[in-house]
Amino acid sequence: MKLASYQHWLRKDWAVACLFLAPSIIGFTLFYLLPFLMSLLYSLMDGTVNGQFVGMYNYQELLASDSFKKATMNTFTFSLVSVPLILSLSLGVALLLNQPLFLRQWLRTAYVMPLVVPVASTVLMWQILFDWNGTMNGLRELLGYERIDWMKSEAARYVVVLVYVWKNLGYNVLLFLAGLQQIPKDYYETAQIEGAGGWTQFRITLIYLTPMMFFVTLMSLIHSFKVFRETYLIAGDYPHDSIYFLQHYMNNRFVSLDIPKLTAAASLMAGGMLMLVFVLFTIERKHRQYMEQ
Amino acid sequence: MSLLISMKKYLLTLLMAGLGLVILFPLIVTVVNSLTSRQEIALNYASVGSGSSGAAFTEFVNLKLIPDQVSYEQYITLLVESPRFLLMFWNSVFMVVPIIIGQTVVASLASYALSKLQFRGREPIFLVYLLTMLMPFQVTLVPNYLIADKMGLLNHVSAIIWPGVFAAFGVFLLRQFMMQIPYAYIEAGKLDGAGHLLIFLKIIVPMIKPGFSALVILLFVDYWNMIEQPLIFLDDPFMQPLSIYLSRINEGELGIAFAASVLYMAPMVLLFLYAESYLVQGVQLSGIKG
Repeated sequence: MKLASYQHWLRKDWAVACLFLAPSIIGFTLFYLLPFLMSLLYSLMDGTVNGQFVGMYNYQELLASDSFKKATMNTFTFSLVSVPLILSLSLGVALLLNQPLFLRQWLRTAYVMPLVVPVASTVLMWQILFDWNGTMNGLRELLGYERIDWMKSEAARYVVVLVYVWKNLGYNVLLFLAGLQQIPKDYYETAQIEGAGGWTQFRITLIYLTPMMFFVTLMSLIHSFKVFRETYLIAGDYPHDSIYFLQHYMNNRFVSLDIPKLTAAASLMAGGMLMLVFVLFTIERKHRQYMEQ
Repeated sequence: MSLLISMKKYLLTLLMAGLGLVILFPLIVTVVNSLTSRQEIALNYASVGSGSSGAAFTEFVNLKLIPDQVSYEQYITLLVESPRFLLMFWNSVFMVVPIIIGQTVVASLASYALSKLQFRGREPIFLVYLLTMLMPFQVTLVPNYLIADKMGLLNHVSAIIWPGVFAAFGVFLLRQFMMQIPYAYIEAGKLDGAGHLLIFLKIIVPMIKPGFSALVILLFVDYWNMIEQPLIFLDDPFMQPLSIYLSRINEGELGIAFAASVLYMAPMVLLFLYAESYLVQGVQLSGIKG
């Protein structure tokens, strides 16, 4: 009896769900899913017009290409370094901001302001600060160091990380603060009564912040790809090797109309993202099971 | 003891305010420079971009926080003397506003189904949305271009608006918010004889207002700043949004660029100051359960 009514439920909701999902699914399929599948298909052909099926040839070519390898390494390393970095920095700032202090609202607003700064203005400041004759080199010379050609050396990598952190720190702090305020105070009090030290308190914080951490990680990852906008505007199609990202690579293949390589690169990137999302979801599910025990 | 606590409070405030100033520094410089005369800007930043080639040219950028003379000429040039700026400002508005409205409507319907309705394939569908949300624009660049071409959307704002309306981010964010609403609300609505549409409109929509505010802010910031899409889809320079205009003047006239930045930021800053509390509220709601 119960099962039958459940099945009835399932069917009834399915019809309604179709109606609610229809506008989104139709548009999403047309502008995202279909393009993606087409891209997957093109990656197996030698051209978009009257293309011949070439199997894995494009992928072999791609994997043999040095600039693709370089771009992949750079994108991978950048996300691998900058996402954990911004997560720990913003968690630290959020923890400090969660202490008793004055002007909390104002500080929070100040931190999050870079989010609204237009990309082009960021680039302008970037030029002023990191030019050969810029303020940073001025400071270095004042302190007795050699100048650095920031954007045309390995240092470019650190500059991009800096801009990424500067821009997105505030938003993450905001998210973490919201998460912190939801941890019930009595958890800490109980821990304190039981004689727990600072480390245990921090662990309580971390455990209860994990769901938020999942959300912030996803957002930070998206933002780590968006830093391409700034990098592109400051250094153009071919920046210094250390900041040549996958988006540069794909953009340049688009400009030179090398569709097979572009689509193969896109598919590989999508595969990478799929694995990443899978890992994140598994961690989240494990955590939820752990919490429910 | 209490003295010690208040000392700590002062010190911490000082530290955090210092960090705030560092973060705000680029904004402060931009505003100050926008109120500086063109000649002074040209003088201060003459050495930018001159590179390392001229060994004799060791003059550094002169970063000033107080201009010699306050001047509004950059603003006058932009707002009165160059119709181009205003044109592109409105171009931006006419792209961003339809995207925000459209995506909010479409995504809220979809996320109701993905959070409150029981049906097979719910999780996989959501996973597909999530995955596309993470992809950079370049991944589907070619087919997107071909589809826009087939539909006759190229060189028209709709080539930018439609993909914006159906982007996955809204679904992701609003679903997070709707997940927080206990199922009992929907049961209650059903007992009163309401259908799903009525439940959605009368119960869910009012409850996720903070979610809408958060979405509007985040979408506004994102699309107000878009660079890649207009460059690819729009040939006509007069159709380009302000973000493109701004990145172009950077190259030419540094003087105007600062005032343009300030005017460009203004709508976002105002929206932000007005709605930031909603952003926090919204985020709080969505944080209960990842």
